Amino acid sequence: MMGVPPDKKLFVDPQRCIGCRACVQACSECPDHGGYSMIHLDEVDRASTVQTAPTVCMHCEDPACATACPADAIQKGPDGVVHTAMTERCIGCTNCVVACPFGVPNYDSQRDLMTKCDLCYDRTSRDLRPMCATVCPSEALFFGTTEELQSRRPGYVIQEVEFDGHLVRTRNAFVVPVRGDGLVISDERAGGAESIADLCLAEAIL
Amino acid sequence: MARIPCDQETLADRHGPHLAFEPPGGFAQRREPDRKVETHCCFCGQQCGIKLLVAEEKVVGIEPWEEFPFNQGKLCPKGIKRYLLNNHADRITSPLLRRDGGFVPIGWDQALNTVADRFAKLQSDHGRDSVAVLSGASLTNEKAYLMGKFARVALGTRHIDYNGRLCMVAAGAANLRAFGMDRAANPWSDIAETDLVFVTGSNVSECSPITTDYIWRARDRGARLVVVDPRLTPIARTADLYLPVKPGTDVALMNAILHVVLEMGGQDSDFIEAHTVGFDEVRSAVRDYAPERIEQLVGVPAARIRQAAELWTGAEKTMLLHARGIEHHTKGVDNVLSCINLVLATGQIGKPGCGYASITGQGNGQGAREHGQRCNQLPGARDIENPEHRAHIADFWGIDEQELPIKGATSPEIIGLAHRREVRGMLSICYNPLVSLPDARFTREALERLDFFVAIDFFMSETAQHADLILPGSLQEEDEGTVTSTEGRVLHIRKAVEPPEGARTDWRIVCDIAARLDCGEKFGFESPREIFDELRAASAGGKADYYGISYERIDREMGVFWPCPTAEHPGTPRLFEGGVFAHPDQRARFAAVEYRPSADPLDESYPIYLTTGRVVSQFLSGNQTRRIGPLVEQCPEPYVEIHPALASRYSISEGERVRLRSRRDSIELTARVVSTLRPDTVFVPYHWPGALSINRLTHRSFDPVAGIPEFKVSAVQLEKCP
Repeated sequence: MMGVPPDKKLFVDPQRCIGCRACVQACSECPDHGGYSMIHLDEVDRASTVQTAPTVCMHCEDPACATACPADAIQKGPDGVVHTAMTERCIGCTNCVVACPFGVPNYDSQRDLMTKCDLCYDRTSRDLRPMCATVCPSEALFFGTTEELQSRRPGYVIQEVEFDGHLVRTRNAFVVPVRGDGLVISDERAGGAESIADLCLAEAIL
Repeated sequence: MARIPCDQETLADRHGPHLAFEPPGGFAQRREPDRKVETHCCFCGQQCGIKLLVAEEKVVGIEPWEEFPFNQGKLCPKGIKRYLLNNHADRITSPLLRRDGGFVPIGWDQALNTVADRFAKLQSDHGRDSVAVLSGASLTNEKAYLMGKFARVALGTRHIDYNGRLCMVAAGAANLRAFGMDRAANPWSDIAETDLVFVTGSNVSECSPITTDYIWRARDRGARLVVVDPRLTPIARTADLYLPVKPGTDVALMNAILHVVLEMGGQDSDFIEAHTVGFDEVRSAVRDYAPERIEQLVGVPAARIRQAAELWTGAEKTMLLHARGIEHHTKGVDNVLSCINLVLATGQIGKPGCGYASITGQGNGQGAREHGQRCNQLPGARDIENPEHRAHIADFWGIDEQELPIKGATSPEIIGLAHRREVRGMLSICYNPLVSLPDARFTREALERLDFFVAIDFFMSETAQHADLILPGSLQEEDEGTVTSTEGRVLHIRKAVEPPEGARTDWRIVCDIAARLDCGEKFGFESPREIFDELRAASAGGKADYYGISYERIDREMGVFWPCPTAEHPGTPRLFEGGVFAHPDQRARFAAVEYRPSADPLDESYPIYLTTGRVVSQFLSGNQTRRIGPLVEQCPEPYVEIHPALASRYSISEGERVRLRSRRDSIELTARVVSTLRPDTVFVPYHWPGALSINRLTHRSFDPVAGIPEFKVSAVQLEKCP
């Protein structure tokens, strides 16, 4: 049977991300990506931290991008993979870009086309891992079953994210170090980590 | 005089760096590969396994090589995009002779004859040592061996040294002194098995990204992580304990940690008694380094230093890892020894999950320092000043021991000799000193004073721009050979494609020059394999014994760890098992080391520390990576990291232009105001040339033992550009 095995998913563990962008560069080398990366990596707040985070498609159970697409260009397969926009249908309206709560789709104005991570379908449907998770030096991106992940390392798997009261269920998962009540995204900022200035003695200069 | 023949714009127009973004013909036309060549990345000492995809005899892409055990498919961005170097528009495909107004192509025979004639004339007029050779640690073992033999036998000069002088030599000298041999003591698999990873002076995530995985695998088992670095690096971000040490004070910090360990009774007295020499002197030396006494010096609160010692003694198994951060100092060797003292005092070496390693920087950082291209070394990691070693290699090469040159100058000293006109002629390969050496203005002056300079290079590096003659050599994937990774694992670099028409393999060029210097019979190699066979025979009986290694064994066993003296020997992944060290008495040496200040001290005019380093998307002097579009986009130019407290003192905001000035020169850069480094320290990456080169500001001060420059501490002043 074609498709990605239902128990195999991509785990995103931002704690481990080292910001190297191997995932982004590797994505562009996927044979059917034509040199374009479908994923991105962001500095969270470089002024205060070296924390970075990769953004891959979470492949939502009820994908907002597909719902918002007026041209029916975005399809979800029976294996739960939400595919990138079909070239012949996409009208470049960017509705999906606005609709996605995770900020996944990119609009490429040169090609007038939306692109997004398709879980490296041509690889994962042939029992290969996605390029990004294959190369990631720290396994911030990991592809496999939940059991495989948990046999290798601690951490809690989250497949439900609440966006300002709206619950989104995902095929892919986040990994977090501490058990909580789920992932809640809101405008409130968390407290800052301790500053390096608290850790070192440097009066001479200041 | 080896001056640039025309303006930079003209050179850049022809020779780049231009940016390659796509495989030959573009992504849309990329063909299915005809073959996939299992080989290794051309960049750092991790030597990750990769598959190069070859179509119509061109490298057109990469695939992860998941079966290779070290990285299991994991790669950094450089490894993924390195294939864009092949078929690059900037490749030099003809020997180029400098003429007024630019370089002109000439034929190979004329070029090789010119090299031989000019060197012979210089040596007859000014003595054999008036010609020097600069070589590199990205060369294969075969080429490293060849360069050493070429300098000593064909040219007969004492002056050959390599760019590993900027990289691993402090660790090498300290390892040799403490352990009796120079290699990482453990395979990387031991990192994953340890209970405490102690990383000092290593931006692991950017400079050896795959090592991050080993550290996480240890942490997944519950291991703790301590990171010592003036900058809060990506690996430091999640550490259990982070010590933001003041640049240049590592000896004091490590002595203080050992002070506390001994205070707690954390030493392994049985190990010390049975397997070491010199502990009492170290115990006396660290007595004065109570954390409370030196906390202002090292810039880290005493309580945190004590915490580090507690974590160390509390762990059953520890692994200490370091890199250039503690090695690029005028006391680089002492810094390393202060780390080794901690390892030895607690007996944390030579056991599974227990040990010590310097993480090598360059592709063949390990192997290229073993086979005789260092100024003080002969093949098999032998000592050029040891009469027995000299006699052995002279006999092996079929020359009189009296003819074998004595120890020569280190590579930065060779530049100094050129500046003083004691060296008149130079051949360089795999070295871009104009970008990589400290005090770039001095380096440029030295190059300009050479009578004859020949560079073997695949691209026109900034240094090659000064050459009288450029000989187009080969990229890593255009030749076969071996390299030795950071673990001490000897690996097989497979040839994927031929060099482009007009370029030649490096070893062939060197052998052809040797033949014209009347040494043809000693350089009659027909393949890298023949060089390897001679290399492994030359290494037999030496410390770095490769005799039992063959290309076939490497392929079969996914690498072989040296020493490996016979074909039946399994290789040696872990050194010093059972506390058996490589000194004649099998004991390790402690070394009592004291803190010394930097050679470029802060004062009222220059009140800020400058430290330099790498970014993940560029490699060393950038001669290759500054031509790869996707990597350049990731970090287009250097910048200066400034802590907000320091920035506000100078009224500097994010993104503003600032000027840094040292006692040598000044540079203008864009400010990146970040709270992830010490407030008394600024950081600039070093991969760029000319106006963007931070090495215009660094200083020519060297470790007295190893000759490594003090890149990691310079005194600077800071101002906002008007």
